Amino acid sequence: MITAGVDVGNMFTKALLQEGGRVLSYAILASGLDRKRAARETFRQALIKAGVTEDDVCNVFSTGAGQDEVDFAAGTVTDITAAARGTLKIFPMARIVADVGAEGAKVLKTDDDGRVLGFTINEKCAAGTGSFLETMGRALGVQLEELGPLSLEAERAVTINAQCAVFAESEVVSLIHAKVPREVIARSIHEAMAGRVSSMVRRVGLQKKLALIGGVARNKGFAAALEKDLDAKLLIDDEKPEFLCALGAALLAAERDAGQLP
Amino acid sequence: MIAHYGYKDGSGDFFISIDTDKCTQCSDKPCLEACPEKIIELFTDDYDDEVVGIKASERNKIKYTCLTCKSTFGAGHAACIEACLLEAIEHSW
Amino acid sequence: MTEKNEFWRWEESRWKNPDLDWENAEVITLGVDVGSVSSQAVILCDGELFAYSNMRTGYDSSESALNAASWALEGTGLTLDDIHFKVGTGYGRVNVTFADRNITEIACHARGGNLMYGPTVRTILDMGGQDCKVIRCDERGKVVSFLMNDKCAAGTGRGIEVFTDLLGVPIGEVGQRSLRVEMEPEPVSSTCVVFAKSEAIGLLHAGWSTEKVLAAYCLATANRVVSLLERVGMVKDFAITGGIAKNVGVVSRIEKILGVSALEPKYDTQIAGAMGAALFAKALAEKKAKTG
Ligand code: SF4
Ligand code: SF4
Repeated sequence: MITAGVDVGNMFTKALLQEGGRVLSYAILASGLDRKRAARETFRQALIKAGVTEDDVCNVFSTGAGQDEVDFAAGTVTDITAAARGTLKIFPMARIVADVGAEGAKVLKTDDDGRVLGFTINEKCAAGTGSFLETMGRALGVQLEELGPLSLEAERAVTINAQCAVFAESEVVSLIHAKVPREVIARSIHEAMAGRVSSMVRRVGLQKKLALIGGVARNKGFAAALEKDLDAKLLIDDEKPEFLCALGAALLAAERDAGQLP
Repeated sequence: MIAHYGYKDGSGDFFISIDTDKCTQCSDKPCLEACPEKIIELFTDDYDDEVVGIKASERNKIKYTCLTCKSTFGAGHAACIEACLLEAIEHSW
Repeated sequence: MTEKNEFWRWEESRWKNPDLDWENAEVITLGVDVGSVSSQAVILCDGELFAYSNMRTGYDSSESALNAASWALEGTGLTLDDIHFKVGTGYGRVNVTFADRNITEIACHARGGNLMYGPTVRTILDMGGQDCKVIRCDERGKVVSFLMNDKCAAGTGRGIEVFTDLLGVPIGEVGQRSLRVEMEPEPVSSTCVVFAKSEAIGLLHAGWSTEKVLAAYCLATANRVVSLLERVGMVKDFAITGGIAKNVGVVSRIEKILGVSALEPKYDTQIAGAMGAALFAKALAEKKAKTG
């Protein structure tokens, strides 16, 4: 039985197809202004990649900030539930899931059966989300994809005091003027950001079995900084970290369709 | 003077308000010792009164710094609030 | 970084009182306010405004402090050595190396506001480049209660700057143009400046005019500072200082939400802190003279 999950985020929309727990395909597009269209189009691309048609798909669940825009979905699940379900499918031992995306971050804690025990969300302040890195990269004149690798070249970091993405940008500009090497600034940026996310982790309760998902999980510089801050090794799905919520939604769609869930 | 230390950002209001007129009448200043994070400091204000306040380097982080203390004792019973017999300290969250 | 069009640039200014001769003065004092974005110097002769300057803060705060002082002194025949007492204030006050004393910007604003707006002023809202302050004071300009938010760019000059850049509107025109809308739009819903900017890009794509976006952002800024005002409690008379006090788009909306009009400024709204510093300097000079 093929099912699909569509995760409509503020910045990106992701769709994933699965069959019996095996991932068939996934696709991602910018959400843009017309999220209905983005959802439909992402889903269509995932179908093409998997070489199946809409009729082959038994059930579609949507999740994310724009979950209600997916008019072809049979049901919705919260992004917390979806993140927990999708991540535990890949990393059954994970007990903390940190999901850091472009415009939001959330950290949740699960018990041994995958039930969510608690969570914390930040989608109101850009400091501590992917937008922070993007803004800083712009100030530094470095592409977002290059920022992480660049930071790994540095052997030291300086403290960025500003707790706001906008003010931190001015701080980065002063660091550039003070001739601080670019890689050092890049590392400092990642450490500042990691500090924000790690305090969210501490709020739900730090555990060693920690998975990092979401688009920002692709950034090795950030992952390294977070590992250092938390003194823990992170579980990261290098292939598709931003699709785990969509995977969770697809799995839940299958379970509900099979009558395992009310 | 009522000094509001802290901040408001996209995620909410986080202020510790201190009635410094009460501080001037308080000889022991037990809050200084009580704070587990040691973020309260003694200083002489612009009108030459001996008062306490939140350290400048900490003001924009209290949501995180005070987290453990507030969750241990309960929101309205943070160590600083309990320690102050003159009820000079209040939190907004 | 390319220094493209600098829409955020505001006018630097200076002024000298034509009716005052410093040679007749007994106490000449200087106040220098070094903010993160702008620095001001105010010279008082026996407590009366003699000259002031208002300029951008550079990367080096000590240099900016000196520049502001020199610009205020320029052409007056006065030198720093003629000044009896100098007080530094503001975010970079420790960098006013030539000052005899530092005083916080909160106390200075209250004191300066008291002179600039008269002794009836009880609440001063200072909207600076990188912070927002609410100060309640008594009839002598002493602080009764205050709040300062310098953590978040929302509700500060920086927030507005981000929008001037995005929309290509010079900062001096933001207020006026934001009022050129037939109907007041809903405020920008994201508080965070970064997210508000993406929201605005979306609104522009959806066909909103520049004016309408400005209106939505000025309204969001006004809502935000009003919530800070409410935490401290607004008591009349009410005055607004700082750079955003020159933005009618924000000021008129604050007045509308509060149902109170702000006192008319007699001087540049950005010099309140430096003015207060110079007043403190006067008191301290007199104290010094008495105690010898
Ligand atoms: S809440 Fe606790 S940690 Fe925070 S200032 Fe008060 S005593 Fe210190
Ligand atoms: S602190 Fe900065 S990043 Fe956070 S909400 Fe405010 S403007 Fe946005």
